[in-house]
Amino acid sequence: MSWFIANLGLIWQLTLDHIALSVPPIVLGFALSLPIGWLANRRRLARGGILSVGGILYAIPSLPLFVLMPALIGTKILDPVNVVIALTIYALALMVRTSADALASVDRDVLQSSTAVGYSAWQRFWAVELPLAGGPLLAGLRVVSVSTVSLVSVGAVVGVNSLGYLFLDGFNRYFPEEILVGIIGSVIIALVFDGILVLIGRLLMPWTARTTPRWSRGRAVSALAHGA
Amino acid sequence: MIEFRSVTKQFPDGTVAVDDFSLIIPSHKTTVLVGSSGSGKTTILRMINRMIDPTHGSILIDDRDVAGLNPVALRRSIGYVMQNSGLLPHRTVAQNIATVPRLRGVRRASARSQALELMQTVGLDAELADRYPSQLSGGQQQRVGVARGLAVDPNILLMDEPFGAVDPLVRAELQHELLRLQGELGKTVVFVTHDVDEALLLGDQIVIFRRGGVVAQKGTPAEILASPADEFVASFVGADRGKRALHVEHTRGGDIVVDSDGNAAGVLADENAAS
Repeated sequence: MSWFIANLGLIWQLTLDHIALSVPPIVLGFALSLPIGWLANRRRLARGGILSVGGILYAIPSLPLFVLMPALIGTKILDPVNVVIALTIYALALMVRTSADALASVDRDVLQSSTAVGYSAWQRFWAVELPLAGGPLLAGLRVVSVSTVSLVSVGAVVGVNSLGYLFLDGFNRYFPEEILVGIIGSVIIALVFDGILVLIGRLLMPWTARTTPRWSRGRAVSALAHGA
Repeated sequence: MIEFRSVTKQFPDGTVAVDDFSLIIPSHKTTVLVGSSGSGKTTILRMINRMIDPTHGSILIDDRDVAGLNPVALRRSIGYVMQNSGLLPHRTVAQNIATVPRLRGVRRASARSQALELMQTVGLDAELADRYPSQLSGGQQQRVGVARGLAVDPNILLMDEPFGAVDPLVRAELQHELLRLQGELGKTVVFVTHDVDEALLLGDQIVIFRRGGVVAQKGTPAEILASPADEFVASFVGADRGKRALHVEHTRGGDIVVDSDGNAAGVLADENAAS
C-alpha cells in the first residue's frame, strides 16, 4: 500500500497514457469496420474473403506486430503510433465480422419500406440501417473495447508506456504490489469504458428500452396524486 | 391517371413476373389488383414508384413516363403502405408519420403538428404519438402506416396487402375506415391483395391475375360477379359456390335469399321501400 501511495503520480500518468493509447484504436477500428462490413454484405464472395482476412489478422501475435510496425510504416521504434496502428488492426479484425452481421440483421421489410417512402441509399444507411444495427454493433464494440484495453499493456515491452509498465517493472523486481496495481488499474479502465459505451447506447438508442416511456409513468403518478 | 403500356418484367433468374401487361388506372378511384402469390401483382405495384423497373414497356403517371423521373423524388410524392406496416421501429409514431415530410425538408415542429392531425384523420389517439411501433397493436400499426402514406398529401396511394397481417375483426374495421377515408380524400389508390372479399369491398375497378402476371379479367365488382370471364375467375371469386351463389326461396313469411349450403343469407328487400 505504501508503494501505491508513494507512486500515485506515476500511476496516474500511466493510467492517462493507457487511456490515450486505447481510445484511438477502439474508435478507428469501429469507424473503419462499418464501410468494410457494409461492403462485405454487398457481395457474397467479398464477404467470405473480407471476413477471413479479419480472422487471420487477429491471429497475428501482438508482440511481433509491435516490433515489426516501424519496418512496415517507417516510424521510430519507440513511437506510440506503432501500438495505436497495430491495435487498430486488431480492433478492426474483431469488429468487421460484427459490423457485417449487425448490418445484415436489419429487417428487410423495414429497409424496403424505407426505400419505398423515399430514403436515398445514403440517407437510409445513416437514418435506418446504422441505428437499427446499433444493438449488435454495441455488443461487438464492448468486446473490442475490453480487448484493446488489455492489449495496450503489451506495448510496454517495446517501450511504449501504459499500465503494462507496472507489470513489467514489478515482474523484473519480484514486486507483487506493483503488478497488482497494474492489473487492477487495467480492469478499472476496461470497466469504465464499458460503462461509458452502455451509457452512450442508452442515449443513442432510446427505443431499445422496452419499458413504459417516462412521460406516461410521470402522468400516471400525477394522475394518482390528483385523484387522491 | 396511371397507365401501363405493354409492360413485361423478367427477373435476372429468368422468371417472368409480368408479361405484356397493359392497364389504365383512373384517378380518384380505387383499383384492386388481386391474385394468388406469384401472380406478379406486387411487382406491378412496385413498378409504379420505381422500386422495380420493367424489362420492356413503359409506365406513365399523368402522361409522364416514370422512367424519366428521379426515383427518390418520385417515391416521396407517392404514398406507400405495406404489410406489417413497415414502420421504423426506432422512431416514435409521430416521427414515423412525419418521415416523408421531414425528408422533403419540412421543419420538425410543423411536421409534428401535421402528424398529430393525421393521427386524428386515421382514428388514432393523440396519446400514442410518442410511443414506439412495438408498443402498438397490429391494427394501430397499420393505421400509422396509412397516416404515413398520406403525410405528403399524395395524389397516388400504393397499398401492398396492408391489412394482410391483422386479425379478421380488425381487418374489417380497417377496410371500412379506408372506405370512409377514400370517400373524403378521393386518392388514386392502387391496392394489392390476395383476398377476393377485400377486393370486392374496396375496388371501383378490380384486376384479377393468373400466375405469371396474366390478367384473367378486369372490371367493376358487379361485372366480375355477374359475368366471370371463365372458370378460373368464377372459382376464384367463388361465384359458383358458398355464400356468393345465392338463390331465392319462397316461404310463408316472404322471400328469403339462401346460399348454396342452404343457409339463409338475407331477405329480398322491396327496392321502392329501401330507397
